[in-house]
Formats: sequence, structure tokens, C-alpha cells
Amino acid sequence: MFESLSGRLADVFEKLKRRGALSESDVSEAMRDVRVALLEADVALPVVRDFIDRVKKEAIGQEVLRSVTPGQMVVKIVNDELITMLGAENEGLELLAPAPVGIMLVGLQGSGKTTTTAKIAARLQNRDKKKVMMASLDTQRPAAQEQLKILGTEAGVTTLPIVAGQQPVDIARRANEAARLGGYDVVMLDTAGRLQIDEALMAEAAAVREAVNPYEILLVADAMTGQDAVNVAEGFKAHLPLSGIVLTRVDGDSRGGAALSMRAVTGCPIKLIGVGEKLDALEDFHPERIASRILGMGDVVSLVEKAAESIEQDEAEALAKKIQKGAFDLDDMAKQLGQMRKMGGLSGMMELLPGVGKAKKQMAQANIDESAILHQEAIISSMTRAERRRPKLIHASRKRRIASGSGTSIQEVNKLLKQFQTMRKMMKRMSKMGEKGLMRHGLQGLMPRM
Amino acid sequence: MNTSSWLDRLKAGLSKSTSKLTDGISGIFRKRKLDDEALEELEELLISADLGPTTASKLTTNLAATRFDKEVSEEEVRTALAVDIAEILEPVAKPLTIDAHHKPHVILVVGVNGSGKTTTIGKLAQHYSKQGQKVMLAAGDTFRAAAVEQLQIWGNRAGCPVITGKSGGDAAGLAYDALQAALEQRVDILLIDTAGRLQNKSDLMAGLEKISRVLKKLDAGAPHDCVLVLDATVGQNAHSQVEVFRDMVAVSGLVVTKLDGSAKGGVLVALAEKFALPVHAIGVGEGAEDLRAFDASVYARDLMGLAE
Repeated sequence: MFESLSGRLADVFEKLKRRGALSESDVSEAMRDVRVALLEADVALPVVRDFIDRVKKEAIGQEVLRSVTPGQMVVKIVNDELITMLGAENEGLELLAPAPVGIMLVGLQGSGKTTTTAKIAARLQNRDKKKVMMASLDTQRPAAQEQLKILGTEAGVTTLPIVAGQQPVDIARRANEAARLGGYDVVMLDTAGRLQIDEALMAEAAAVREAVNPYEILLVADAMTGQDAVNVAEGFKAHLPLSGIVLTRVDGDSRGGAALSMRAVTGCPIKLIGVGEKLDALEDFHPERIASRILGMGDVVSLVEKAAESIEQDEAEALAKKIQKGAFDLDDMAKQLGQMRKMGGLSGMMELLPGVGKAKKQMAQANIDESAILHQEAIISSMTRAERRRPKLIHASRKRRIASGSGTSIQEVNKLLKQFQTMRKMMKRMSKMGEKGLMRHGLQGLMPRM
Repeated sequence: MNTSSWLDRLKAGLSKSTSKLTDGISGIFRKRKLDDEALEELEELLISADLGPTTASKLTTNLAATRFDKEVSEEEVRTALAVDIAEILEPVAKPLTIDAHHKPHVILVVGVNGSGKTTTIGKLAQHYSKQGQKVMLAAGDTFRAAAVEQLQIWGNRAGCPVITGKSGGDAAGLAYDALQAALEQRVDILLIDTAGRLQNKSDLMAGLEKISRVLKKLDAGAPHDCVLVLDATVGQNAHSQVEVFRDMVAVSGLVVTKLDGSAKGGVLVALAEKFALPVHAIGVGEGAEDLRAFDASVYARDLMGLAE
């Protein structure tokens, strides 16, 4: 079913390619198939409708005209919009409250609350060095409290001693008190699975929340959930002020449309995902991964991104050779600068290259003047060939000549030479890291420090 | 298993999403022609009950074949769809049949994590014990913490013995021991619980196949039934679940759980068409009595929001 869908989309986009520009009817036609793709991925119908409207608005217009092929661009727009809707920033758990910070987990039966409780506790304790206590408020399912206790022993996390017959609200109060007296940073409350339409049990969850006022209330939901995701999310949100979603069983082969539905309906960020049965199988949420899974067209999206990647690859390979020979000179630096400029300057290139977000932020903070690249190119082209190959030749009088020839100052010439030295030094370091290291860090490592 | 009270439970449970679906249909068809636009909206509404795009399209096309461009009432549309859906489901509505010649009749219960395997076994144990059958349980989920304890509590409730092994031990070995004990004690029914596993984990699926293989050493016909437990809240991934589990351990039938929630398990309709596996029972609550026979027409009419 999914394969034929990909084929159908390819047909639609083939047509778009031949026509060149995108009309409203072109986009509508493509959207029909995108809609089916989303529905097959279990994205809830109302969310699909809303999504399609947003993408239509985005797609009909100048962005499509600028693209390599309109079809690829539409897919990219769909993908980007999915990422935006899923939450562009990865938001983690918030623990900015007086200790013990309460974290309460709620959800349907079998969604994975108890396992998730233990996973989060283990992570907070091991990675974030928090002192964590767990308590099970599940008085419904047989041996549920026992399960958490065993997981606590496995993970080395304290669990509140079980008192038979005690009711959830009282267990929550006791947990809070024990955590306070014991000097715990975090107290985790695992609750019984409940249907959002079960008024009695939802009232009980609300009572627990009122009694201990947890800082985080996480809705634990199965990534395999179908159209009902919307009802579940709405129902829980109506009774509890949810602060986030944990998506479980993301290691399965479901398309994960529930993620989009729940995010859209609750407005809550997806904070964590469960990716296995072991206690360390908990990861931060990366919207782009779920997006390509929902769309099932990661190939097309990566196609659009591949151009940028192959540039990175070629560059890195050529440079690697140069460096191995120890022959990086000012000519090479000029080439680098020229390529950077062609790709839209530093920031433009940063946009293209995957995995340089951090460097990009640093650049933005440094407030770099993009015209600096032009100046630097001018400086290098004012040098003689011999100077470019052997920068050591450049002394005071040569610097004066180069500065006036390029319409810059001696200070700028000095700055460039210093940069060149830094780059060389960096390259030596990188050649020690080996070719693999260079491939990975290549252009980021080569960015001139200005 | 009686049907009148399951209907009530289901009604109460389904009210929210059912009203959504049927409100939608009311919206489309109040004094309206069955045109392309109406059909498309109808198709989407069926999809929103998890029937999936293919089945939804098939059902609406079917409807259009006889009624296209005609003035149709909402009731007519609902009834026609319910009839079509019931027709698809009728052949698969078959309860589990225990063959008295098998001593014991071995039922292997499989499914993904959290689908409700242990609870379903607890309910089945109670059901058969009440009928006077001698039931034995095997706590084959040696992986999940306290899964054994959970099954033991169900065993106590039903008054039947539970064979347990070491936590983290070999599930196939335990199943073998359990069958041996069941043979010795002339038990009527042996229900074997297994650890939940996602169908794309091939190593875990191979472990399941091993359980089935080991049982055959003692009884070539065992397991006589292999029941896949499906959660009604699961969407289109149910296709993949049925397909992979069926290929691995020859699933002989399904039990659909959590139908007391707002999810309607509409994917069942698509599954019935594609795999034709029997739907043995449905789960409508956490109590021992909350396991009911699957009635195609009741389910179909309820799915379409029609009163019985």
C-alpha cells in the first residue's frame, strides 16, 4: 500500500516537473495524495485537514518557483511543515521547581507508563545526577505496583514502599512527603492506565494532581495509536493540565501519525520517546525523524538535501588529499572563500549543510559581516603567485602593496594571514583525526575565525 | 458470553467517537444528493474510524454503485454501510472452540507489548473454569517485571494452577514444562502467556517460533490455537502485526481488546478482508467478565451509530 503511494506521488510530481510552475490545481492534486499518505500513517483526520490547508498556503507561491523541481519542493515543504507542527525545538523535561519536583505519568492501559516511569527515573538519576523516588499509584492492574518495585531495583532507583489497600491520592501524598523528608530531587508518580472516557478514574487522576500538584504531567501514548489519538489527547487534556507527551514503542514499525495528532490537539511538546524494552531505551524527540517516517518519503526529502551533502563530501575529499600532502596554500583558501560566497555566504552555506547548527549559532552571535569574504578574496588575488604558495614571503612592503591593491588595510591583510595560519594549524590537527574525522568536521573546522 | 450487556458497555464506551462519526454522516446527508463530494467526505469519516483508506474507499464505492446521484437519507446511508460491514465481518465472527479430544487443548497467546495478553488470559481462564473445564496457565512472559505475579493473581481468581519459571528464564523451556505438567494432570485447557514483542524485532519473533516448535515435541498438534491479541486503539499498524505474527507462529484467531474505550477498532474490517482470520472475542473492560463474543452485525451497527 505504501509503495504504491510513493509511486502515485512520483507520478503527480512528474507532471508538475514538466509544467514548471505550480498552479493552485497542481498543488491540490498533489495534496490529495499527501492526505492519503498522512491518513495511512494514522494522522487523525481533523489534523490532516488543518495540515493540508497550511501546506497549500505555503506551496502556492514563490518558494515553489525557486526550487530545483517543483515536485521535490512540494515534498520538502510538506516535510518542513510536518517538522514545524511536530515542534521544531526539542524540549526536554522541566525540573525548575522546588524539590521534590513531581512528575506524573498518565495514559491509556498498556501505553507503557510503568516502563517509561522507570526509564525517566533512571535517566534523571544516572545522567542528570538527581536523587529520584518512584511511586506506583496503580491500584487497578494486578501486580502493577510490584512491577515498578522490580524495575526500581533493576535501575537502582528508590521506590516508595507498597502499603496494601492504600488509595492513589493517599499514595501520592505519602510519596511527596517521603521524598521531601528524604531529600529527593524528583518524585515520579506512575498511575493506573485509564480510558479518557472513564469519568470516575479521570476524576481520580485529577484528585491526585490537586493533592500533590506535580510540575510535569506527561501523557504516555503508544506510537501505534490510530485515529483515536485525538480523542485520547483531548480527553486527558480536558481533565489534566498536561505538560508534555512521551511517545512509546517508536522502535516498532508504525508510521507514528499519532505523534502529529497528539501534538496538534494538546499543543504539548513531545518530550521523550521510548525506543526499546531496556531501561536505557529512552531518547530525546527529534521531529525530523518522525516527520520523514509519517510522510514515508524520506528518500525525496533527502534527495533535496543530498546536493548540499555531496558538496560537503567532494570538498572534504579534495581537502583531505591536500592536507595529506601538507600543501594547503592561499590559493586553496581563495577557492574555499569563493565557494562559500557562491553558496550564499557563510550563513547561506550553513543553511545548506546538515549538522552545523551549532556553528551557525556561533556565527550569528559573532555578527559576521558577509562582505568580509569578498574583501578576503580581493586580498588574496592581489598577491603574486609566489606569495600565495609561500605566504612566508609576505613582509611589510609586500603587505602595503597587497593592501592598496585590494583596497583594504594592512590590518586586514594581517588578519587574513593570521586566519590562514590558524586554518593550517587546524588542518594539521584534523589530518591527525584521520580522514573520517575530516569528513565529519570538514567545513565546520575550516570556517575562518573572524 | 451474553450480548445484551456488551452492547450497553460498548455503547457507553463508544458514545464519544461514535457520535463524532455519525454526526459527521448526519452533516453530510441531511437532505442531500450522494455526489462525489459527499462520497469523499463519507470516505474520510470511515477512515477516521480506523477502517483505513482502502476499505473506506471500497465501501463508499459500493454505496455509490446503487445510490449515486440519488437523494439519500442519513439513516439509509448508515444502514447500508452497516450491512456491508457486517457482511465482511460475518465470516470471521467465530468463537474459540475447545476440542475435548485434546488433553490439554493448548492455546498460545501472543501480541505486541501492552495489547492485553495477560488480562485476556485471566478472563479466558475464568470463563472456562466457570464452565467446569480444568484450566492451567503458563507464565511465559519471563521478561517483563511482575508479569508472572500478574498472571498468578489471575490464576488465584480463577482457581487454576499457574506454572512459573525464573524471571529472565527461557520461555520455550517453561512452555515445555507447562505442557508436560498439563499432560500429566489431564488438564483440559492450557493457556500460555508470552512476553509482548514488537513484530519488527526479528530475534524476539524467532523466540516465539521456538515456543511453538518446542510444544510440538510433546504434542504434534500443539499449540491448537494461537491467539493474537490486538489493541483496538492501534491504527493501520495492525496490518503489520497480523501479517508478521501469522507468518511466524500461524496465528489462528484474534482477540480485540480495549473496545470499551473511544477507539472502535475499525481496522478489523480491513483485517477481515485481507487475512480472514477469526475474531474470537473482544475485551470491554478490566474485569474477568469483560470478555465477550464478537457479533458482526452488532459491531457493524454500533460502528455506524445505529440502535439495535
